[in-house]
Amino acid sequence: MKKLKSLKTTTKVDFATYLGVIAAFAIVSLLKNGGFLNRSLTGMLVPICCYIVMAVSLNLTVGILGELSLGHAGFMSVGAFSGVIAAMSLQNAVPLGWARLVIALAAGAAFAALAGFIVGVPVLRLRGDYLAIVTLAFGEIIKELINCLLVGCDENGLHIAFNISGTLTIDDLGMSPGGTAIIKGAQGATGTEKLASFGAGFILVMLTLVIVLNLVRSRAGRAVMAIRDNRIAAESIGVNITKYKMIAFITSAALAGAAGALYGLNYSSLAASKFDFNTSILVLVYVVLGGLGNIWGSIIAAAVLYILPEALRQFSDYRMLVYAIVLILVMLATNNPTIKNFLGRFKPRRSHRKEAA
Amino acid sequence: MEFLSYLISGISLGSIYAIIALGYTMVYGIAKMLNFAHGDVIMIGGYISLIAMTSLGVGGVTATLLAMVVCTVLGILIEGLAYKPLRGAPSLAVLITAIGVSYFLQNAALQIWGANPRVYPSVAPDTWKLFDGQLSIPYVSLLTVAACIVIMIALTLFTGKTKMGKAMRACSEDKGAAQLMGIDVNRTISMTFAIGSALAAIAGVLLCSYNSTLMPTTGSMPGIKAFTAAVFGGIGSIPGAFLGGLLLGIIEAMAKAYISMQLANSIVFAVLIIVLLVRPAGLLGKYVPEKV
Amino acid sequence: MMKKFFGILLTLAMVLSLAACGGSGGSGQADGSGNPPASTDNNQPGGDAPSGSAGGTFKLGGVGPLTGDAAIYGNAAMNGAKIAVDEINALGGIQFEFKAEDDVADGETSVNAYNTLMDWGMQVLVGPVTTGAAIAVSAEIYNDRVFALTPSASSTDVISGKDNMFQVCFTDPNQGVGSADYISQNMPGAKVGIIYRNDDAYSQGIRDTFVAEAGKVGLEIVSEGTFTKDTQSDFSVQLTDAKSKGADLIFLPTYYQPNAVILNQAKGMGYAPTFFGVDGMDGILAMPGFDTSLAEGVMLLTPFSADADDERTQSFVAKYNELHGETPNQFAADGYDAVYIIYEALQAAGCTGDMSAEEICEAIVAVMPTISVDGLTGQGMTWAESGEVSKAPMAVVIKDGVYVTP
Repeated sequence: MKKLKSLKTTTKVDFATYLGVIAAFAIVSLLKNGGFLNRSLTGMLVPICCYIVMAVSLNLTVGILGELSLGHAGFMSVGAFSGVIAAMSLQNAVPLGWARLVIALAAGAAFAALAGFIVGVPVLRLRGDYLAIVTLAFGEIIKELINCLLVGCDENGLHIAFNISGTLTIDDLGMSPGGTAIIKGAQGATGTEKLASFGAGFILVMLTLVIVLNLVRSRAGRAVMAIRDNRIAAESIGVNITKYKMIAFITSAALAGAAGALYGLNYSSLAASKFDFNTSILVLVYVVLGGLGNIWGSIIAAAVLYILPEALRQFSDYRMLVYAIVLILVMLATNNPTIKNFLGRFKPRRSHRKEAA
Repeated sequence: MEFLSYLISGISLGSIYAIIALGYTMVYGIAKMLNFAHGDVIMIGGYISLIAMTSLGVGGVTATLLAMVVCTVLGILIEGLAYKPLRGAPSLAVLITAIGVSYFLQNAALQIWGANPRVYPSVAPDTWKLFDGQLSIPYVSLLTVAACIVIMIALTLFTGKTKMGKAMRACSEDKGAAQLMGIDVNRTISMTFAIGSALAAIAGVLLCSYNSTLMPTTGSMPGIKAFTAAVFGGIGSIPGAFLGGLLLGIIEAMAKAYISMQLANSIVFAVLIIVLLVRPAGLLGKYVPEKV
Repeated sequence: MMKKFFGILLTLAMVLSLAACGGSGGSGQADGSGNPPASTDNNQPGGDAPSGSAGGTFKLGGVGPLTGDAAIYGNAAMNGAKIAVDEINALGGIQFEFKAEDDVADGETSVNAYNTLMDWGMQVLVGPVTTGAAIAVSAEIYNDRVFALTPSASSTDVISGKDNMFQVCFTDPNQGVGSADYISQNMPGAKVGIIYRNDDAYSQGIRDTFVAEAGKVGLEIVSEGTFTKDTQSDFSVQLTDAKSKGADLIFLPTYYQPNAVILNQAKGMGYAPTFFGVDGMDGILAMPGFDTSLAEGVMLLTPFSADADDERTQSFVAKYNELHGETPNQFAADGYDAVYIIYEALQAAGCTGDMSAEEICEAIVAVMPTISVDGLTGQGMTWAESGEVSKAPMAVVIKDGVYVTP
């Protein structure tokens, strides 16, 4: 008990976050196995895990690094398609489903990290809204590039073509008759085998938490936050700005890629147009509502806000209208000085500590 | 000859982006917020003018004026209800609220006017044919370019010469200091939204005349493109928005015609990225180094 | 941290209170979350005892985009389906309870919508309306053994490998090949330009098979222009390219909204080739405010024409117009036909309302290849075991604002 008290507040919060996620997983699994969970909720479990990972990883860029990114879905897209290619092309070589899933997630993370590096080099030189618009631009570029991608697989290995003229089709790959088409340009990937499961989603969420929380509490994480709070001061005490910005940005991209791979392997069809500006914004909404820099806030916000539009189905046509109103009201309420002061009275002991947001 | 017609379509597209970007840049310059709902105000302007023209049977000019009045009221309402309470809040909170407003307007339009795209009768339907019809310029393009230049000059004069305009510039420089000088900051920001929304209505009429269709999601992509254009030219700068919009349109048309239709948007964005790397504050933006 | 937590609590509280309002004031629809399916049957008319071999009340679910960019297709199909449901319910005998869910034309949301319907106790699915969503849901219905009939998702990927997924519309290859054959037979020597949307499975699918067939029958393609969702308002570049390369026929495997823009801009350029569309072109004449003179001479292959003078089409168009204030397009007709096809299949298989979704599925899958249905979109429609429909596409040309058979 004494030992627990001597822990720092941040460490306590971290442990509480881990425990909370594990407890949530245990309860949901029990309910699911007991048949208490309806299909609609069961079907949402894997995407919720994906969006939690997306939100936590975006929080690393927006909350911890302090740079607004409007193209996070682009990394998810890279991860999703590379994951699908890996899983589908290894169908014969690796018969075990879970092994292929692990390979797909790793491939998704690796390719997204590579994309993060390529994007990060120019992007991180900019600041503020200029950085935001360039991430948006990269998100759109990634979407269009994947729209031009033709990938197939036969016994000779992968066949990849890049359809710049717009006139190639899957037949131009020159595959042997037994080959399967994996990505058909704008039509995306179809007939993907569903490998994702809630268990895998949970493990990915835990892994993400371990990586992000350890990064944030490490020397590198403190450097990243120093850059966020005052770039010039950080630079003057010898923090290598580019290096630490890159670490945060690439980690964030890699995690988004893994989330994308899990997402891609949960649906039998996937098109690049899914990962557009609106999806980036959706994840950003989770992060902002959960609290910038607040990891467990992102988790709860992602889960609640993912279920919200589904729970609003009974409003039928007015569903998205109600969602928009709820969004605006929540933003107004959480930033209202009266409510803030009112809530502030409940935590007098903490009021001296500056919030991470 | 083909080159010329590509150039003309680029210019007409670009001047539409430019008008939208002018509205964006005004609001950004003064309120320091990305108003994602701007594109949807354009869409509302389109619907109002369409109803005015088809149901009330008024002419293009009256319809545009009516749309401007409605959009101005709408802009002031949005600002007062959704943005004003967040004046001291972090900029991201305002951004998310703007997105919420954007969703709201789109879905409200869907409920009111339905999902079916409407055909929009152009305010200037004919085309000007040159060289035995080998080259044709739609009148709406000429109108757009003219409107764009007029609006740009008017805005430059307004912000430079009038008292309100000066107050706006003062607010954009330093809100606190402006308040100390006796400027009503809240009123100035509301005024900015009113002007931005009126511009959105004009943009709506021209955009829909050019596209000839209108649906609840009409405004969102041009909104994003215009945002890009505003950044391209240097956000906050009025001539910058004009130049950015025009260049964006021309690059898009040329990329489509000579490089790849598949990757036209990517090429536009790639040019944007390169420009920002060379000039981090856009073409005409002022780069202000941070003071320590 | 506390304030965020309260924010979320607030959200939840709000949603719950809103939900409560909706529940009490609404029409007593299923609660959507958590309710066991049995508690929702509150608007059944009298007895649900099977009358004859087939009978009882069936829960029919519909999935399609009711909001968002593609809302027009989903709304049309679901409105059409509702009209058919009302007609069938008025006949006595088999009764349908129909519930449509929104999927925004997105695979992920579509699976969510499907799951919501399964919680409701859906026995047969009409949908999903769009191709990408239909492929995502088809994997689920195959695993769950639920019978699904999509009104309008036309890709072969929707049905391939799934024995319990059927289509009302033509498949993409069918349309591409049909169009290429028709053009080569009736307009030999035409120089063809194509404008298609390359981020859309429907458009790209038809274009691919069209080009392949054109190669076989010796049709010359001189120009190809593409556009995407983000660039579907300006076609001056594509049209200039086609014009400068001398295309005298433009093939448009696209939906009618971009087509309306293309026709308008081509006229503005003074460019007048023959335009040839596919079933997505249908609906262009019904667009509010569309200047039908622009579409003069446009040819299209379509299974449905709102101007057809048979009694059924006329009564459907009148009903649709009365309820929704617009002329139904082909999607509405597809949705309407889908319900009647399910009705026929249920009768042929002798299904009763108390059968589970799986039992109904197996029974209908067995009879689908044997039945023949007359609908608005085709006479004597029959199905292959693969799920593909067989009906004759009809080539029409637009003259004075109406379809005419050339």
